[in-house]
Amino acid sequence: MCANHDVPGVSSPSRRGFLFKLGLALNVLGAALVGVPVLGYILAPARRLGGGTTWIKLGVMTRFPEGETRLAIYENPFRVPWDGASAKVACWVRRLQGDSFQVFAVNCAHLGCPVRWFPQSKLFMCPCHGGVYYEDGSRASGPPPRGLYEYEYQIREGQLWVRGGQLPTLAGQV
Amino acid sequence: MALLRSVGKWIEERTGLGAAVAPVLAHQVPRSSASWWYVFGSATLTLFILQIATGICLALVYIPSADKAYDSLLYLNYVAPLGWFLRAVHFWGSNAMVAVMTLHMIQVFLFGAHKYPREMTWVAGVFLFLCTLGMAFTGQVLRWDQDAYWGLGISAAIAARSPVIGESLVHVLLGGPIIAGRTLSRFFTVHVFLVPGILIGLVGLHLWLVLRLGINEWPMPGRMVDRSTYRKRYEDEVHKDGVPFFPDAAKKDMVAAGVVILVVLACAAIFGPFGPGGVPDPTIIDTVPAPDFYFLALFALFALLPPWTETVLLLVGPPLAIGLLFLVPFISGTGEKSWKRRPVAVLGVILIVLTVTTLAWLGVIVPWSPKMEAWSAVPTPVQYVKGRGPLELQGALVLQNKQCRNCHSLGGEGGKRGPALDGVGTRLTRDQLIRQVLQGGGNMPAYGKNLMPAEVNALVAFMETLRPAGERPARPAINPVPASR
Repeated sequence: MCANHDVPGVSSPSRRGFLFKLGLALNVLGAALVGVPVLGYILAPARRLGGGTTWIKLGVMTRFPEGETRLAIYENPFRVPWDGASAKVACWVRRLQGDSFQVFAVNCAHLGCPVRWFPQSKLFMCPCHGGVYYEDGSRASGPPPRGLYEYEYQIREGQLWVRGGQLPTLAGQV
Repeated sequence: MALLRSVGKWIEERTGLGAAVAPVLAHQVPRSSASWWYVFGSATLTLFILQIATGICLALVYIPSADKAYDSLLYLNYVAPLGWFLRAVHFWGSNAMVAVMTLHMIQVFLFGAHKYPREMTWVAGVFLFLCTLGMAFTGQVLRWDQDAYWGLGISAAIAARSPVIGESLVHVLLGGPIIAGRTLSRFFTVHVFLVPGILIGLVGLHLWLVLRLGINEWPMPGRMVDRSTYRKRYEDEVHKDGVPFFPDAAKKDMVAAGVVILVVLACAAIFGPFGPGGVPDPTIIDTVPAPDFYFLALFALFALLPPWTETVLLLVGPPLAIGLLFLVPFISGTGEKSWKRRPVAVLGVILIVLTVTTLAWLGVIVPWSPKMEAWSAVPTPVQYVKGRGPLELQGALVLQNKQCRNCHSLGGEGGKRGPALDGVGTRLTRDQLIRQVLQGGGNMPAYGKNLMPAEVNALVAFMETLRPAGERPARPAINPVPASR
């Protein structure tokens, strides 16, 4: 039998105080070492995965007739293999003439619902809360606080490219 | 029987569970609280247990991956034996849980149960309410269909309106730059691990507080809650006129819980599972997103708020409302308990219930949404084209072809966003019609750039004929003499 067991009263008060503080310190350290990576892991997307935006090929220019607005589809460049169809993104391509384009996100500037193009009245209409935009993307009526989100575009060797990769919102563009 | 008893005795000797639970079950409650009004809390708990049981079953098949989730839902609906039924029970159970929990909250408030010393029970209850709404929303996302996808888009658009952190908040919410695989994984984790864990903890706290402080006695008008006398008086009442919780009070809870479960099962069996709706392919833009019923009121509010108030109200409104809910027992922690002597409380409840149900109803009929197919799917009523001249008929065509019907109805059919055009000829003169078409205004876009003069001419000629038989056309206020036309 060990006579000098850790019985209360046997060890000196200063030793008990030290052990308690050591235990506390070790656990605070452990909590921090677990907590920081956990928070970093959860909040990581805040740092814009993949750097934000990149140039994306939409297709040959001739697919978009002059004076018309057509739906185009691309795949998000920052996708993960299990995204499925949700990696696909739609946008409205308006070719004014020649190399002059306007490319709009389908997301309404009000709350992000998909706007539809009506060539007869030359209007984009939103099915959610009734936002309407003119053919140049400017706000026509309804609750949207601004016009449609517009992509930056480039023509390279007869191909139309847009700069995208983000869900467009009032806080961050396409 | 003797064997059973000896096994029970053996277990009891080693665990002491019976000795621990028996006094809890038999604890005395005021006779007045053994009432049908007091059953909503236990019914909510029963529904929660039902949700856990069915949720675990669904997780056996459901795949929380953006490329497979939709197929696994279809598999549950059509292939997995009884999968359709479990999905249906989980859906109807969630609706019932939100509904019964709301009733519980209203009852507790009207009976003054949030007052001293039960403030913390109320606070825990508000957390439970918020977590349950969180479960409802995240559950709707797991039903990975078009509504789920665009519902997330709406959440992201709201989050983006926060100052400074807007963009980061969107990315943390979505788990990436767009709504996709990482988003679904996030919502799955929140719905299946995070919030249920918190809920179980909060239920424990809530029940502990009910046991510690005693169930609220039936409020008597004129019996004021006073911090110095309340607890003594409550204990006296329980001593003098108490009944054991089990079985005297619990029998009504048991009946109510049983009825609620049977109603949920019946709804599930009769109406079946809800969705999934359209394939979650964001390139299919011919969709009209709509939220589940608990968020219809919010959805309606977004449409009706004046645009310039929107950002402020979206960001300040919910925290303010939630904060106020938490503060209820601290604003009115003592005094009168009975609803009969609390007219402001009663009126407040009526006002909130009426507001929310009215907004939800508007969210169902969505009068502000254009009917996207009306222009090509809804015919012009015969009486409006009969006997009209060529110019007017041309105008009727313009009215259809230019999507006017998406927002304006004729004969009750078409959009409700703008005013119905039946009888518009009695309200607006020719000049006013032209100006409205060309310049727009109100909620109407200006058609000036999109219509040729000949089209405007025909359209207005047609609209002038839209008058009930025998009624005269509108006349300009400045010139009461009928125009020559």
